Amino acid sequence: MSVTEAPAAIAEKNDASAVETPLRRFVSAYCESKLAVGAALFLLVLILLAAFAPLIAPQNPYDLAQVDVLDSRLPPGEVGFSGMTYWLGSDGAGRDLLSAMLYGLRISLSVGFLSGLIAMAIGAAIGLIAAYVGGRVDSLIMRIVDLQLSFPAILVALMLIAVLGKGVDKIIIALVTVQWAYYARTVRGSALVESQKEYVEAARCLGLSHVRILFRHILPNCLPPLIVVATVQAAHAIALEATLSFLGVGLPQTEPSLGLLISNGFEYVLSGKYWISTFPGIALLVTIVTINLVGDQLRDVLNPRLAR
Amino acid sequence: MTAFILRRLMQSVGVVAVMSLIVFFGVHIVGDPVYLLINPQADQEDIEAAIRALGLDRPIWEQYWHFLTGALQGDLGRSFVFGEPALKLILDRMPATLELAIAALLMAIIFGIPLGLYAGLKPQSWVSKTIMAGSILGFSLPTFWVGIMLIMVFAVMLGWLPSTGRGPTATFLGITSSLFTLEGWRYVLLPATNLALLKISLVVRLTRAGTREAIHQDYIRFARAKGLPTHRVIGVHLLKNILIPVVTVLGLEFGNLVAFSVVTETIFAWPGMGRLLISSIQSLDRPVIVAYLIIIVLMFIIINLVVDILYSLLDPRVRLGEKSA
Repeated sequence: MSVTEAPAAIAEKNDASAVETPLRRFVSAYCESKLAVGAALFLLVLILLAAFAPLIAPQNPYDLAQVDVLDSRLPPGEVGFSGMTYWLGSDGAGRDLLSAMLYGLRISLSVGFLSGLIAMAIGAAIGLIAAYVGGRVDSLIMRIVDLQLSFPAILVALMLIAVLGKGVDKIIIALVTVQWAYYARTVRGSALVESQKEYVEAARCLGLSHVRILFRHILPNCLPPLIVVATVQAAHAIALEATLSFLGVGLPQTEPSLGLLISNGFEYVLSGKYWISTFPGIALLVTIVTINLVGDQLRDVLNPRLAR
Repeated sequence: MTAFILRRLMQSVGVVAVMSLIVFFGVHIVGDPVYLLINPQADQEDIEAAIRALGLDRPIWEQYWHFLTGALQGDLGRSFVFGEPALKLILDRMPATLELAIAALLMAIIFGIPLGLYAGLKPQSWVSKTIMAGSILGFSLPTFWVGIMLIMVFAVMLGWLPSTGRGPTATFLGITSSLFTLEGWRYVLLPATNLALLKISLVVRLTRAGTREAIHQDYIRFARAKGLPTHRVIGVHLLKNILIPVVTVLGLEFGNLVAFSVVTETIFAWPGMGRLLISSIQSLDRPVIVAYLIIIVLMFIIINLVVDILYSLLDPRVRLGEKSA
């Protein structure tokens, strides 16, 4: 987010439409792939759908007054006793599946993004410190990072859930713990390179404080790889949360994410009621693929090795 | 080499000790299992008797000491739920999990390497593009959802394969496994496919990248110039060189397969140790959780060590530990 604001400020200062700013270069490079532009627009649509779910959804699936149990397990397109059309069918409790999915998307995306933001803040700060302080602190931090990354994310998350228990806050703690190491490693890598450069030395000579050098000078130059990692990790976090919820150790039934909706539909799969699991699954898949496509293009555009 | 292995073993012992400490103390912060396991109608006396029987009345460090001395003698505590030794519970279920992981690994090799090789040799053909698009999908598909879809299509709609459970087992060379019976393979096929999908995508990508890189190397051109037949150039000269990273990654991924079998086992009701972990988390069966995590950590450490050693054997250019020593 801040990367779009910072170059925008520079653009205003220059106040000329023909000047090539980093932001413009970035946007035009990104738009080279039509698929990536489509994915970015679609991601925006998904975010808007999630944000305005209460306004768009045909019913509030968690308001018992609006849900009719007689309408449970209706196939897609059926009109129920309450006179409402269930375009994607209804689930075991008579909830409209489309509405439940919109609410589920809202929960999945917010858990994914929130945990990503916290992990990025923690990971980036630790990575910066490791690179800037160096020596023992650096090797200790990187030891911990290596150790953690040698275990699969799902195992680390399960371990934490086993220790902490269930609940929204616990899930977010687990997701943050799984992700911070990736951010720390990425930021440390680029901060090590950046801190050798002349502008950092110049800043030191000016007598600026360490905190200022770290966060105002080095951090902004570490942003490109950080953004790429953040998109990839957002997709991972959403998939991981869905998996944990599916296993019954994730979010509680009162806040069903897409993963929990799929899990709830699982018991009906064997009796041939395919839609309760299938549609939330497709929504989850589409969300993950969209984020991955955006991430792929970002990596191509922001990767300095592919000198553009 | 010996020094390297010894040093790695020392490190590993440290990691296991720290992990057991973190997990043991962590698990004890979560709720009180007594109230989950004892009949709510039980009176105070019964509850206290149960607490004493489970050893929960002692101070936590004493419980840990008891656990640690036991662990060194191969006793990881008794399950609160089953009343059996936790280690035995897990070891009983380990063969089922391992056979699932091995079947998935075989699938990843059998499908992944040829597909990746093809995509690397003919990058412009539409078949290769389809393979690569499929591998992206393989990375993005959530494992658990694919499992449900596999059950829906192959077990419910088509009725070709059984939806859940493990098939009959047979004993061969002292190993009991359902992989030795034909019926057993029918049961293992769906869960193994589910588990293998991600790894197939990974192997395809690795093999393709390796092939694209190696095809322009001098030794390939030289082999061609020498007039060797194409199948020999690819099958011997090329494959030998691209297999090094593939073997390394697959070795490391084996641990990953075991960890991910938690998901697959839950979907396919496969009686392995992953399902045991999930039910133990839900019933707060502390000894089993702690024992599972310690066994998994041990397994990972052993796998990483073996892969490191194998890597140096496969690639004589790698000299272990001499750089940092």
